Amino acid sequence: MWLLPFVIVSTAVLLSVPVGRYLAWLMDGTYKPPALFRWFERRLDTGPQSWKQYAVSLLLFNIVMFGFGYLVLALQPMLPLNQRDAAFADGKGMLSPTTIFNTVTSFLTNTNLQHYSGEQHLSYFSQLVFVLWNMFTSAAVGFCVIAAIIRGLRGDAHMGNFYLDLWRVVVYVFVPFSVATGILLIAAGMPMTLEPSAEISTVQVASMGANDDGSAKPQVIARGPVAAILPIKHLGTNGGGFFGANSAHPFENPNAWTNVLECVSILNFPFSLVVMFGRMLKQPRHAAVIYTVMMSMFVAMIVWAVMNDTAQPNPALTAHPGYTVKVAGQPDKVIPALGGLPVDQDGLGNLEGKELRFGPSAGATFSAVTTAVTCGSVNCMHDSLNPLAGITPLVGMQLNCVFGGKGVGMVNMLVYLITGVFLAGLMVGRTPEYLGKKVEAREMKLAMLALLIHPFLILAPTGLFAALDWGKTATNNPGAHGFSEILYEFSSASANNGSGFEGLADTQGFNDPKKNLSIPAPYAAHWDIATGLVMLFGRFVPIIAPLALAGSLARKKRVPFTSGTLRTDTVTFGCVLLGTVLLIGALLFLPALALGPVADHLGPTPFGR
Amino acid sequence: MSTLLNPHTARAEEPKSSRKLSRRTGLFAPALLKAALGQAFAMLRPDRMWKNPVMFVVEIGTILSIIYTVYKVIDPTSTQASLGYLITLDIWLFLTVLFANFAEALAEARGKAQADALRKTRQDTPSYRVRNGGTDFDSALRTPNSALEQIGSTELKEGDLVVVDAGQTIPGDGEIVAGVASVDESAITGESAPVVREAGGDRSGVTGGTRVLSDRIVIRITSSAGKSFLDRMIALVEGASRQRTPNEIALSLVLSAFTLIFLIVVAALWPMAAHAEAYMGDYLGAKDLKSLGTDIPTLVALLVCLIPTTIGALLAAIGIAGMDRALRANLIAKSGKAVEVAGDVDTLLLDKTGTITMGNRKATRFIPLGDVPAVEVGHLAALSSASDLTPEGKSIVELYRGMPGTTSTQIPTGSRFVEFTAQTRMSGIDLPDGRIIRKGASDSVSKHVLAHGGTLPPQLKVHVDAVASQGATPLLVAEGNRIVGVVVLEDILKPGIKERFERLRKMGIRTVMVTGDNPLTAKSIAEQAGVDDYIAEATPEAKLAYIRQEQQGGRLVAMMGDGTNDAPALAQADLGVAMNSGTQAAKEAGNMVDLDSDPTKLIEVVEIGKQLLMTRGALTTFSIANDLAKYFAIVPALFAGTLPWLKRLDFMHLGSPTSRSSRQ
Repeated sequence: MWLLPFVIVSTAVLLSVPVGRYLAWLMDGTYKPPALFRWFERRLDTGPQSWKQYAVSLLLFNIVMFGFGYLVLALQPMLPLNQRDAAFADGKGMLSPTTIFNTVTSFLTNTNLQHYSGEQHLSYFSQLVFVLWNMFTSAAVGFCVIAAIIRGLRGDAHMGNFYLDLWRVVVYVFVPFSVATGILLIAAGMPMTLEPSAEISTVQVASMGANDDGSAKPQVIARGPVAAILPIKHLGTNGGGFFGANSAHPFENPNAWTNVLECVSILNFPFSLVVMFGRMLKQPRHAAVIYTVMMSMFVAMIVWAVMNDTAQPNPALTAHPGYTVKVAGQPDKVIPALGGLPVDQDGLGNLEGKELRFGPSAGATFSAVTTAVTCGSVNCMHDSLNPLAGITPLVGMQLNCVFGGKGVGMVNMLVYLITGVFLAGLMVGRTPEYLGKKVEAREMKLAMLALLIHPFLILAPTGLFAALDWGKTATNNPGAHGFSEILYEFSSASANNGSGFEGLADTQGFNDPKKNLSIPAPYAAHWDIATGLVMLFGRFVPIIAPLALAGSLARKKRVPFTSGTLRTDTVTFGCVLLGTVLLIGALLFLPALALGPVADHLGPTPFGR
Repeated sequence: MSTLLNPHTARAEEPKSSRKLSRRTGLFAPALLKAALGQAFAMLRPDRMWKNPVMFVVEIGTILSIIYTVYKVIDPTSTQASLGYLITLDIWLFLTVLFANFAEALAEARGKAQADALRKTRQDTPSYRVRNGGTDFDSALRTPNSALEQIGSTELKEGDLVVVDAGQTIPGDGEIVAGVASVDESAITGESAPVVREAGGDRSGVTGGTRVLSDRIVIRITSSAGKSFLDRMIALVEGASRQRTPNEIALSLVLSAFTLIFLIVVAALWPMAAHAEAYMGDYLGAKDLKSLGTDIPTLVALLVCLIPTTIGALLAAIGIAGMDRALRANLIAKSGKAVEVAGDVDTLLLDKTGTITMGNRKATRFIPLGDVPAVEVGHLAALSSASDLTPEGKSIVELYRGMPGTTSTQIPTGSRFVEFTAQTRMSGIDLPDGRIIRKGASDSVSKHVLAHGGTLPPQLKVHVDAVASQGATPLLVAEGNRIVGVVVLEDILKPGIKERFERLRKMGIRTVMVTGDNPLTAKSIAEQAGVDDYIAEATPEAKLAYIRQEQQGGRLVAMMGDGTNDAPALAQADLGVAMNSGTQAAKEAGNMVDLDSDPTKLIEVVEIGKQLLMTRGALTTFSIANDLAKYFAIVPALFAGTLPWLKRLDFMHLGSPTSRSSRQ
């Protein structure tokens, strides 16, 4: 049970040191590129940029990518590589405009929230040109930002060049790592083909039903260039699945070894970036403190999820005593205890919603891994995690700094760092300083902006949708569990995670309703637009505010280090940082969590209408 | 050796005056409380509350809660909370706002009271102006008052020359250009002992409102009425010119952000609670199921207890209290920022005399040279010092008297004293029996002896160097053309100074000793006192250069000074504390004035600055950290009506108000 998480985390930790060093070496520009690349880099490098120029280039690039993405998806029916199979005889049609907006935003912001199902709604062209391209570039953007911020923090005259950084990350980091991982995945049996779905005649009548003559209907098995997308889906902490079932699908996660490989590749860069942070700043001890703080939260999250999902007897059953609720003017409502039900999951843990090939421990571990670092890929149904175990993914996304997405997680941690330094700095009786730079009003303003936006983007729309029919009718489960579904969706969107609690009716599907295999959800357009906007703000505000913060710190004179300076490389500071993250996180999200998973756990089940 | 008249070294050893500026009014004087209470109500005006965002939110919440209470009276079914509960809530909310205002008003009222006390000394006093100004100050000093132009002090302009007689009040800030007088500065400093002010040198500055006790002086007015030191002091203690410091601005930003965060959390709670009401009502078949989670006054109460009101209410008061703490130490900070900067200081430039060592050096040993016994050396030294009233001179006589086998130090009649002058750097006595005794600096006494045909003892240099290298000053004693011995004058370190520097070092502050001594002596004293660095043979230029060099490295430098030639360094330093006994120029250049002119104040200033920041930091952290506990009590109470099982979250079992409509 504990071997799997241990193997995953320790492998990722071991890898992070050399990879982090490589990244620092690369981003510092000390490498010598091959002649062809050098020629190309010279064309690409528009010169050193200030934080403003860097931010403008970043936004400009994203605007172009948005237009490009929208175009590719909108023109899907007209573009090549639109596979035809039994279900879609004339290929995939055009998605509804709100879904296109949501999907383009989702992939642009490295969220990969999917209000569609890959095998149903996207052509191979869309998968390869839109999805794959965005997975490389959007992941690289976060990476560039942290590199630029580090340059600012160490007081460089400029913050580097966005285009050059982007090139370095994609070409020297993502491409080689993806190719290597892809080969391993193909070897494990992952499909890599442009052939349309296979039709198989089964001997036994299965879920496809039977023909009139009693023979089994042919089974349509979706496939495609899965192995092209899968490596970067995890390495870039993107998480958008080729199939709707994501990494629970046998073609996306063929066996136990690929499950470990996928988890490690999710964690690889978020871990390494902390090492890179330390190396580029020449503050290895400070980075080690941050690494330890993040790691302690991460391990606690995994342990919490695995413990609650594998506990015996299953707390989801035993935690609910019988209740008698008195209702004025009506007979007492008796809610029976659940523990007495003849369900025996002894020795197994909570198997509901788990991919049986992997089991509960692997599902819980994967859920912690994927939400801590904002990947969003899933190998089990998060909706089916025990209510308390479900806190782990929620907290991972709400804190958004337990390693966090590549670059972005580190940037979020920086905001907590600045806040912690500010409070602790005051308490030692000096104007707070971070890395030898004084933290004053402007820095605090930017840090607070970045800190505020995330809870605002989660809580405000969650409240809105929970109070209105938009949310109430969209939830699959009644009661507190339904509330968790709404809370999860917006947490995932704001954290740019992209995983879903699922069970939420948010799929519109094709623009032409007749082409849909299932009826579009009534409020899907509302969900598309709301989550789309949340993703946009949740991405760019927390990127640009810290960039400005680093730019502002870069211009400051360095204060000499004295014995009175608040040290940022000690155990004490680690405790301060951990305390800051946990305290602020708890203050922000505790009431929402109490109404969601906690009420779900403590309250009665089943909650039928 | 003119320490006799040096007021600042003399003052440093006096017991501190108990009549300090700030003690003139008690904190809880009834008059103050009354004024502050009135002010607290006046500050409820939204346009004034707006400046403190945290308390402004509380005020809005109070109004909202009162509106709901009124609504409850009109329509009892409007909310499920009871009327008594709502009224109690209103009262608590209102008291919260009022208390915040009261704290700030009290701090301000206290400043005002002090300002009023100061203002009384600033009455329009008649003064005698020299007609046509001129530069012949000495003749102005002799001009009778009748020949001068009588003019009100408020009409004086910069550059005017006025003559002040004994018993008169000095009409404005200025510099003495002729004469010497003792001045009662108690109006400003609270110190009753008069101080001597004289033309030229570093003690020529006088402050308007102080009184001349003896003699007659001519003053050149340096600031016109309304801009004097006293006026600025009044404005400062009154809080009129109080500007928020950078750190205060940053902190209030953080507090506003936290207020906004809690606003988001609490506002989002309403629809979330409504959702819970809807599904539970649906499930139980009770249509109007309500919880306190959708009760606006309760949510307002939740918001108010979450937002950092503790620090929000006191932020302004802490700033004023910081100035006040400085004031109580008899320091006038020209801005709140100056006090705060003090907490950040990295390097302290401290004068040796008065700060690190006692004001005066003392004779500790007589070293005989040649065949004269030590007692005889002491006798000769004592004779030569009999008329020397400087502390050094007195200490020589004292040391000699304490030795065994001493004879009388009675000076034979007919002796002639030779005063110390800066040119000869020797003093002594010509006895009636023709003996010439001299004592003084080693090079001047050596010259004196050689000039009289004597020779220098071979071991002289060895002894002199040995004494100097120990941080002491050697004085040579000569009788006729013969050097008989050496008097060792030693600096006495202030008790506890080494520990104090140790503490400063732990705070990360570098201490630098500034002294006029030669490098050898300076080094030795620096080592004994435990300072990190020293500037020997310090000139004002050397100080300035040192400060610049420190600042180049990003350090903040604090220094104290009194003379006009200190002014550039005081201005250059990040924290310049001018002594009140110093010149007007020095006071202008610094950003604090120490009324006690006590050089050790610099260390106190740093501590006050640090405490100011610590208070803010600790209150903020406390304010935010204890919110977590509140959640566990309040959230279950809010949902007692809909989700009674959340009661298990209240593991502290705090008695919380439960909804009366709870259907359990």
